[in-house]
Amino acid sequence: MKRLAFPAAAAGAALLAMPAHAQSIDEKVNQIFSSSTGWFVNLIFSNFPGTSFPWIVAWLVIGATVFTLYFGFVQFRAVGHAIALVKGDYSDPNDAGEVSHFQALATALSGTVGLGNIAGVAVAVSIGGPGATFWMILAGLMGMASKFTECTLGVKYRNEYPDGRVSGGPMYYLTKGFAERGVPGGKILAVLFSIFCILGALGGGNMFQANQAHQQIAGIVGEFPGWITGVIFAGVVFAVIVGGLKSIARVTEKVVPFMGILYVGTALIIILMNADQIGWAFGQIFEGAFTGLGVAGGMVGALIQGFKRAAFSNEAGVGSAAIAHSAVRTKEPITEGFVSLLEPFIDTVVICTMTALVIIITGQLVAGPDGNYLLNEAGTAIQTVGGTSGVGLTSAAFGSAISWFPYVLAVAVILFAFSTMISWSYYGLKAWTYLFGEGETKELVFKVIFCIFVVIGAAANLGPVIDFSDAAIFAMAVVNIIGLYILMPIVKRELNGYLSRLKSGEIKKFE
Amino acid sequence: MSGKFVVGYDGSVSSRRALEFAVDRARAQGGTIVLAHVLEWSPYSFLTASELEERHKRRREEMERAEKAITSTVVTELQDSGMPVETVIRYGNTADLLCRIAKEVNAVQIVIGRDGQSAIGARVFGSVAGALVQTAPVPCTIVP
Repeated sequence: MKRLAFPAAAAGAALLAMPAHAQSIDEKVNQIFSSSTGWFVNLIFSNFPGTSFPWIVAWLVIGATVFTLYFGFVQFRAVGHAIALVKGDYSDPNDAGEVSHFQALATALSGTVGLGNIAGVAVAVSIGGPGATFWMILAGLMGMASKFTECTLGVKYRNEYPDGRVSGGPMYYLTKGFAERGVPGGKILAVLFSIFCILGALGGGNMFQANQAHQQIAGIVGEFPGWITGVIFAGVVFAVIVGGLKSIARVTEKVVPFMGILYVGTALIIILMNADQIGWAFGQIFEGAFTGLGVAGGMVGALIQGFKRAAFSNEAGVGSAAIAHSAVRTKEPITEGFVSLLEPFIDTVVICTMTALVIIITGQLVAGPDGNYLLNEAGTAIQTVGGTSGVGLTSAAFGSAISWFPYVLAVAVILFAFSTMISWSYYGLKAWTYLFGEGETKELVFKVIFCIFVVIGAAANLGPVIDFSDAAIFAMAVVNIIGLYILMPIVKRELNGYLSRLKSGEIKKFE
Repeated sequence: MSGKFVVGYDGSVSSRRALEFAVDRARAQGGTIVLAHVLEWSPYSFLTASELEERHKRRREEMERAEKAITSTVVTELQDSGMPVETVIRYGNTADLLCRIAKEVNAVQIVIGRDGQSAIGARVFGSVAGALVQTAPVPCTIVP
């Protein structure tokens, strides 16, 4: 997920720091929002009593652990088969022209790879130290099982309309799946999920993205009013989602994966340029994971940051991916579950780890003579070479090795922000039509609201609004994971049935 | 000798020439025509979420449109002239699919047209004719 989605951290505040224009309106909006929604934000992001561990992070991690154990470490057993499915080895050639596993995965990935991988990881490493990387990777590996569960259900209980359209997601499996199991409350959960999904789409999937994109542009060309960025972005988003200007979306869909590969490739080059430090960097990661290396909060601090960033980056358990994955053409819902396993792996285990390694290896974190890291004056994060944080830290790390790369990174951030907006506009729309029914006017209303929020997001410093929308996205996870617990026996049945048919040779490769 | 002639047909002038050539040969040999229409498609292309949702619907529409366009014109024309013809409409890579169809129907020959792409264009973007020459499982005629 491409958000720096947490309200409390100081680094987030630094990233969101906005110019002083339009302050009175901002302040008013902030006041109204924080007074009416603060309780909700506090509820979602509150810590366990006496700790600084937010319960929502525990909720996601416990969910991921339960699914990992229940499905017998499916994320390790099925990786080979998942890759074969993505390659198309098991696709019926007569289904050519339908949505392939690769396409479903690529679209879902373009919705999750983004700011979380670039800025979020920087926050994790600067607050939790290199050790946070270890916990982030672990959480990413566990999150694969959550994705597997939700995406299987997304395909199994999707709606296929007479005109040939396909749409799925938590709202459908919550209602249909619960009804099938005879468990009450599915409809209520589905409605709750849809409400949270709309709010999350408008906030984290939209305003936050617009805001960050403006920060990047302003960082290159100098300060200028955010509404200008907002109007341009809103115009482009409008052209794509209302005007049906597919060419723009198609260009983005092609450029975003390219940017992702360029990012990982550059990170690899920088890591190889410092090949003699790789052993040291991993040493820092493992040592830091269990000792904290003198970081504020020690080992627990590293663990919280790592878990938090992973959960916020790959969206495993949130339910959004189930919407994107559900359009695939397959007779076996479980196959899309296998394919979706790869999503947290690519997002967190590969891309996030690259960011962390580059930051560590280029020596952005300042260590004292005893080898422990020095904290900044406020004592909230590790001192960095240029006093940077968030996107700035990642940018400085890449820039220290390749001087012009920060410009490429800025373009990448803007494109990632745009593709996230397009993805979330779709997720929000699906939730909207679930609540209000389909119809051109109803859909247009949502799309116009979405575009207006782009302008608001870019123009203003709406900390509380963004806190609220982040809280809404994680509220999606509360509802979704309850559903996954109830429905996981169905997934297990699918899994066992499929694996035995695969073993017996009933399911085989084409050609 | 009789047999099936697979003709790569997309409605263009050059594919029309290829068809005429194949019909002449088929008449002379007592063979039949298999009209192959390929909709270029890669399972590795990138689509947005809303395009994914509508993919199945669009595919159905595209197939119907293609079938209508071909059947309403050449197929009736050929059948009226007494030439047995079957049509195959598929998604994928044109050269790959022509080879596959040729194998499936046990064709004696593949016939395609070419639109006189420049040599350098063909080199950069690749050409169906070039790929077929390399990979065709049966003799292949390229009608200029």
